[in-house]
Order: sequence, then C-alpha cells, then structure tokens
Amino acid sequence: MRGVYTVFRKELADHFSSYRFLILFALITMVSLIMVYMAGMGLREALEGAVKPKFVFLMLFTSTGALFSLSQFVAFFGPLIGLVIGFDAINRERSTGTLSKLVSQPIYRDAIINGKFLAGVATIAIMLTSIALMISGLGILILGVVPGIDEILRVVFYLLISLFYISFWLGVAILFSVLFRSIATSALASVALWIFFSFFVTLGANVLANALVPMEKDATTVEQVIKHVRTQKALSLLSPMVLYTDSTSVIIDPMKKSTRSLMLVGPLEELSLSRFQNPLPLSQSLLVVFPYIAVLVAITLVCFGITYAVFMLQEIRAL
Amino acid sequence: MAEDKIILETQNLTKRYGQILAVDGLSLQVQAGEIFGFLGPNGAGKTTTILMLLGLTQPTGGRVRVCGFDPTREAIQVKRRVGYLPEHLGFYEDMTARENLRYVSRLNGIPEETAGPRIEEALQTVGLPDDGDRRVGEFSRGMRQRLGIAEVLIKDPQLVILDEPTLGLDPDASNRIIGLIEELSRAKGITVLFSSHHLHQVQKISDRIGIMIRGRMVAVGTIDQLAQEKLGIGKETYTLEELYLKYFQEA
Ligand SMILES: Nc1ncnc2c1ncn2[C@@H]1O[C@H](COP(=O)(O)OP(=O)(O)OP(=O)(O)O)[C@@H](O)[C@H]1O
Ligand SMILES: [Mg+2]
Repeated sequence: MRGVYTVFRKELADHFSSYRFLILFALITMVSLIMVYMAGMGLREALEGAVKPKFVFLMLFTSTGALFSLSQFVAFFGPLIGLVIGFDAINRERSTGTLSKLVSQPIYRDAIINGKFLAGVATIAIMLTSIALMISGLGILILGVVPGIDEILRVVFYLLISLFYISFWLGVAILFSVLFRSIATSALASVALWIFFSFFVTLGANVLANALVPMEKDATTVEQVIKHVRTQKALSLLSPMVLYTDSTSVIIDPMKKSTRSLMLVGPLEELSLSRFQNPLPLSQSLLVVFPYIAVLVAITLVCFGITYAVFMLQEIRAL
Repeated sequence: MAEDKIILETQNLTKRYGQILAVDGLSLQVQAGEIFGFLGPNGAGKTTTILMLLGLTQPTGGRVRVCGFDPTREAIQVKRRVGYLPEHLGFYEDMTARENLRYVSRLNGIPEETAGPRIEEALQTVGLPDDGDRRVGEFSRGMRQRLGIAEVLIKDPQLVILDEPTLGLDPDASNRIIGLIEELSRAKGITVLFSSHHLHQVQKISDRIGIMIRGRMVAVGTIDQLAQEKLGIGKETYTLEELYLKYFQEA
C-alpha cells in the first residue's frame, strides 16, 4: 500500500507538471466548449417559442450541434486521452534506467503498475470533472435552465462511465508500455488497437452480420431482420466504444428505455414523442446499462491481469 | 568482526538464455563485512549473476540466499536490506538530487522526519552537499555516480551490490568512488560486492575476488592465495593484472 501511494503521488505530480497534460487539457476544453456552444445554440433555436421539454439540459450532451454530439466525441476521442497518458508509463522508465532502481526498492512490482494506473485515473477524473463543470456553466448560460437533481445525477453517472471507458484505454496503453520496449512501438500499437476497436469492429460487425444472416431484397421476413440486427449487435459489442455509447446514451437520455437503436425517428419527432412519454427513473436506466458497465470493467481487469503476468517475472536489466 | 557470518550464498546457480549459458553452476559465499571484487571479461555473466541475487531475473536453476532470504520468493525482504547500483543508473532528470533521494526514501518507507537528515548525511558523504537542489539532468557522469551511491546509502543497507561503479569515470573520479566504497565498508561494516574492469582498483580494496569467465567462476579467494596457486610467487611481486590474464588465457 505504501508503495502504491508513493508511486501514485509522484506520478500524479508528474502528470500535472507535464506539457503533455496541459496540451491535452487545453485541447479537450476547447473542443468541448465549442461543441456545447453549438449544441446549445441549435437547441435554443429549435425550442424557440415551444414549451421546453423535460431534461433539456441533458440534451446538451446528445444533440448534434456541429458534426458530433459531445457524447459521440468522447466515445471517439476519449480513448486517446487514456492512450496519451499511459503509452510510455513503463518503457520510458526502462529506457532511462530508472525502472531498475524502482524494482530494486522494497515494494511489490504490482505497486508500480497500480500507482501509475491510479495516477492516470485521477488525472483523467480531474480533467473530466473540470470540463463537465465548465460545460454545465456554459449550458446554463445559453439555455437559461438550471438542471434538476435528477439531471445532475445523470451527468455524474455519465462522467463515471466515461472514466471507466477512458481508464480501460489507459490500462491498454500501460499493458503496451510493458510489452514493448520501444516507446514509439507502444504508441503505434495502442493507436492501432484503438482504430481497430473503434472503427473496424463496428464496420466488421455489419459485414459479418451480412455474411452470417444474409438479407435478400425480396424475401425479408421480420424474423430475418430481427436476427440480422441481433447478430450485428452482438458482434459490435466486442467494441468498447459500442459498449460505451450504448450505455451512456441510456444514462444521459431518460427517454431511452433500451440500448437498442432500431427506432427510426427524427429529432423533432422524438421531441414531440417525448411529451407523451414518461422518462425512465435513473435507477431503471442504471439497471439497463449495468451489464455494459460490468463488461467494461471486466475487460479492464483482463488487461490488468495480462500486464501483471508479463511484468511480474520480467527481467529488468538496465540498458 | 562478524567473521564466518555468511551474508550471501549461491549454490549451483544457473541462468540460461536460449542457447547461451550466461551463468553456469555458480557456487559462491560472501561473508558479512567483506569487500568482494567481481571480475570477468565482457559478457562473462557478472550482471546476470547480480540480477539473480536481487530477484530481478529468475534463475534457471540453483539456490540463492541473500541476508537469509530467497530473492525470488522473498524479494521484499532482500530489497529492504540490499542496496543496488545498476550498471547504467538512471534518475528522474527533471527532479533535483534531493527529490530523487526523497522518492527513494519514501519507497523504502523511511519516515519523513528521519528521511531529511539521512538525505543530508548521504549527500555529505558522497561529496555533493551543495548540489542537492540542482536538477539531475545537469549532473556530470561522476556526480551521477555519486548520487547513485547516495541513493544506495539512504536505505541503510547491510549489503551493497555495485555493478561497475566506476564505469565511464576519469581516473581521479573513479579513485574517489573506490575510496568512498572502502571507507563506507570499513566505517559502517557494510558488505560490498562490486564488479569492475579496473584491476588495480579491485586489487586495492578487495578482501577477496572472484573471476568469472564465460559463466563459470574460475577462481575465488584472496589475491595472495590465487597468486600463490597460479603463479607460485609471493606477496607484492605480482599485479592482479598478470593473474587475471593468466586465468583468462587458460579459459
Ligand atoms: N536478455 C538476454 N537474452 C539473451 N542473452 C542474454 C540476455 N542478457 C544477457 N545475455 C547474455 O548473457 C551473457 C552474460 O551477460 P552479462 O550482461 O551478465 O555479462 P557481464 O559480465 O555483465 O558483461 P559486461 O562486463 O559487459 O557488463 C552474455 O553473453 C549476454 O549476451
Ligand atoms: Mg555487466
């Protein structure tokens, strides 16, 4: 425990004094403020003269003002935060020779990994929280509504799931920094994996579903369509990004009652529909996404397991 | 003096890397309080042996006990008692010398109140009393080596293992490091095991030496003993150089 805490403290101080963190933070703040501004303006225009629906505040996160909504943005680029923070965690120390020193001190080796991981998680958490506060401030200014307690809680859970999601990628980056001695290689490998899981798995799920459950143009029965969609869905769950977007969309949108996305309604239709529907209570929303979060945590743990297994018995030679 | 007390012991210690037998059946004993010089040409297996003594790599076979513990299974106990100076030592370049020492002392669980004076003492001992607040990135090779020794001293070790402590130092700096090692060992009774290629320095301070060639320890003993055995000549008429070359040619 002492080891973990000592490493944690040092790494956290390192993060906050690094240019890497500053640049990352500035970039993300800028982008999210712009996106929320666009979303807010779009919403204000759309709601001009109309009665404000419930949960307008949460729409800041889901409505697409510019190209993306904020939650889509986090889904795509959030992993990069984890990767940038972790890709050189172990191999940099190895190449500067400090790893030899670290492992010859009376601490367990996993304390080094845990300390570094927790410092990364804390950094991400602080980053996310401060950005969420800024966004909320801006949102309140633009929309002129104050979020209710339920909305605030939903934002908190949204942040928490985002933290899990980004931490998974941090874990991946740390694993690669143990596996690869070269910093450039581990950076490249983690970016490659990110692209693979975020883009190719969703595309691949389509292709595979088409191959497994082909949908002929003429003879498409309802059963076939459902089967097709189910297959595609199951395959795309291999992607952490899909896990994340599915679970956050339920949390952030109380009208959404399942993670299925087979409903085709336009944004305005949805708005008017929402007037006749009752929102899902937060506890029910959480129940819907719980399995997704569990899977997210589970794959993070698997990642850790591999990291430990590799690092524990690895020879640490000063080079 | 705690003679006969064995602080480090290996039995038939072996390390194999694929085809290469880096360390081949090493059996060695080092007594508490002595200075043991570890010689051998490049690639002999010195560093590999040292890594196994510290549990930084797994032996392929054989037994090791350091300070009464098994480095593979009781690594923490060993690391609490043994100070290690790696062959190529690294520091956190953006941190000052004091901050580097502070980090090591925290990792060793030394309470903050004792750590402060200990850090000052260590800096004093290695001759860096005025450089504590400079960034290590600015340090010369010699200063880094001294700082490395200071880090080893912070944990108040029973045994220190130094892998080529004079690597890349000029003659004057390396003499001073060697002098420092001797002084520490004699003053505090710390056992020292160090590897080096500077034979005259090894001769100057070692109580006993071991010569390792291609993974095998070909000779262990006091320099006098070995000279008697190998060259058949008495005290003061040989240099370690001649002795070393003789073993080297035979192997
Ligand atoms: N990770 C490794 N994989 C394969 N072979 C290795 C590995 N590490 C070391 N060796 C081999 O083991 C042998 C012993 O290496 P070691 O570093 O212990 O030598 P050394 O005595 O410390 O040499 P030097 O004086 O150059 O430091 C060498 O032949 C080296 O090539
Ligand atoms: Mg060596």
